[in-house]
Amino acid sequence: MTPAASLPGDRAAPPPGPLRVRRSGRGSRSAAVAALLLVAAAATMPWWAPEDSASSWMRSLVEFSCYLMFAVMWNLLAGYGGMVSIGQQAWFGLGGYTMLMLANFGGINPFVAVPLGAVLAGAVAVPVSFVAFRLQGGYFAIGSWVIAEVFRLGFANLSAVGGGSGTSLTALRGISKATRELATYGIALASAVAMVALVYLFLRSRRGLALLAIRDNEVAAESQGIDVRGMKLAVYVAAALGTGLAGALYFVGNLRISPDAAFQVNWSAFAIFMVVIGGIGRIEGPLVGAAVFFALNRFLGDYGTWYLLGLGLLAIVVTIRFKQGLWGWVQQRTALNLFPIQRILDPGVDDARH
Amino acid sequence: MIETLLQGVLLGGLYCLFALGQSLMFGVMRLTNTAQGDFIVLGAYAAIAASSVLAVSPWLLAVALLPLAFGFGYLLQRLVLNGTLGRDPLPSLVVTFGLSMVIQNGLLEAFSADPRSIETAGLNTQSLALPGGVAVGVLPLLIFAIAAAATAGLQWFFGHTNMGLAFRAVSDDREIAEAMGLDAHRVYARATGMAFGLIALAGVLQAMRTTVAPSDGPLLLLFAFESVIIGGMGSFWGTFVGALLLGTTQQIGFRLDPGWGIWLGHIVFLGVLVVRPQGLFPRTRG
Repeated sequence: MTPAASLPGDRAAPPPGPLRVRRSGRGSRSAAVAALLLVAAAATMPWWAPEDSASSWMRSLVEFSCYLMFAVMWNLLAGYGGMVSIGQQAWFGLGGYTMLMLANFGGINPFVAVPLGAVLAGAVAVPVSFVAFRLQGGYFAIGSWVIAEVFRLGFANLSAVGGGSGTSLTALRGISKATRELATYGIALASAVAMVALVYLFLRSRRGLALLAIRDNEVAAESQGIDVRGMKLAVYVAAALGTGLAGALYFVGNLRISPDAAFQVNWSAFAIFMVVIGGIGRIEGPLVGAAVFFALNRFLGDYGTWYLLGLGLLAIVVTIRFKQGLWGWVQQRTALNLFPIQRILDPGVDDARH
Repeated sequence: MIETLLQGVLLGGLYCLFALGQSLMFGVMRLTNTAQGDFIVLGAYAAIAASSVLAVSPWLLAVALLPLAFGFGYLLQRLVLNGTLGRDPLPSLVVTFGLSMVIQNGLLEAFSADPRSIETAGLNTQSLALPGGVAVGVLPLLIFAIAAAATAGLQWFFGHTNMGLAFRAVSDDREIAEAMGLDAHRVYARATGMAFGLIALAGVLQAMRTTVAPSDGPLLLLFAFESVIIGGMGSFWGTFVGALLLGTTQQIGFRLDPGWGIWLGHIVFLGVLVVRPQGLFPRTRG
């Protein structure tokens, strides 16, 4: 980066300069407190929940964490990186399969294999990016879907992992159900919280600012000395890693994997749905969206086809009528961002601009 | 081996029909229709539903479906898709993806998950014996001829008619075209209408040749997409060749191992992307 280009970044970076008027407001401070309380409640849940339902609550929350992580990563990729993808299930499935193979065949503790699966997904994303980045815009979206299909068909033909019908995570056999559930829950919760925090910290940082600049105008960002290609690659790989982590965790909780479950396009469909409903390009978007989606899934999931049809319609209506999503709507109504999950870079940027 | 190649080429003819609508819509308005495959399936089901009521030839049905499909596409573009166009690809992607979910689940609800096909009075089993002991199906041959004719027709239409000129004008520079008096939204709607005519045709032929099921759409979309990209954007003959290459690759793959046919097609597509990202016959319009 040239010295000239680093100037605006320096001013917005932590050492308090004249422009760093409000990087946190009343809203975001109370949000931080509320978030801490929520996380504390979730972390201690296995001990205070009624004994007969603690196990099912844990399972639901593990699932929720995986959806949330998938959505947060999709939001990072599409909402901040400008790379709209319908193929993120490639990394979800790859993370899951790697975890399972390392555990079943490599004798590695499945819980250790979870981060390894994520790292491998991220590593594979580096060479894959050279293919995927040949396409832009809508064609990138479908091209990444093709890549996910290559993985799906590849694993479906791999007899060592059960081919098309899949296989079970046998490596967990020696571990008691209670330990297994508690460990999965702990890791899922910690991962989800860490992921949201990391994305938040990243977006507040200088590099986060660079990413926002790229999203707003690639050419202008490049002319300011930002390494656009490098930044996009970093975001792509980070998203693959995070999505792989979600996949590895999901299938530790699920105990069974199959190519159709791991690489189904519905994962991306749900992520798109969550992020668009919640509000794309804002950290709260996937959080709100995941909560809404999970609630819908809980109460309406039994309606099957009608439910999915409704989700599709809702995505269409929100995209056309409420481009900013639920959270954008809330932010518009409560002009001062009083709604207390507000913890976004915007105050800093806004103050710098207006 | 010759038989495999021939079958692959004929399969490619069908893929070309899947792809032409996609190629047209992307060429004119840079719109990626992720519901392309689902609309093909929808067209097939429309014909299936009609043929269960009216006992007429499927060819007549296909012809009757064309104006309906044009109108449907025209209205879809005017009422829904025009609002999603812009520099940001997200709105059009999400909306067409949402449409895809709606169509798939709507068809599932209306027709169940069972595969269906259109009765062709034995046409789909007839074959021609070629010299050298090779036999080809009559219907695949017809489909291939229709695909070639549609490609030639589109290419001619773009080069030699006023509407084709308008398509190229809004594609090259929308603002200047509008300054010259074109209503871009109306032009887009006509392009989508034409694309939907091709989509309906592809759907009827697919249902005549084999079976369709509500969940088939995404796979058809991927084949269409791969054909367009392999061929190079902006060229209908490119799409045609891309589709033939994809069909042949898949057929060779199926021959080697049934599990890997589609996989091999994907790999060749990605290979072309690496070696020649602009496609085989890219053409900048103008």
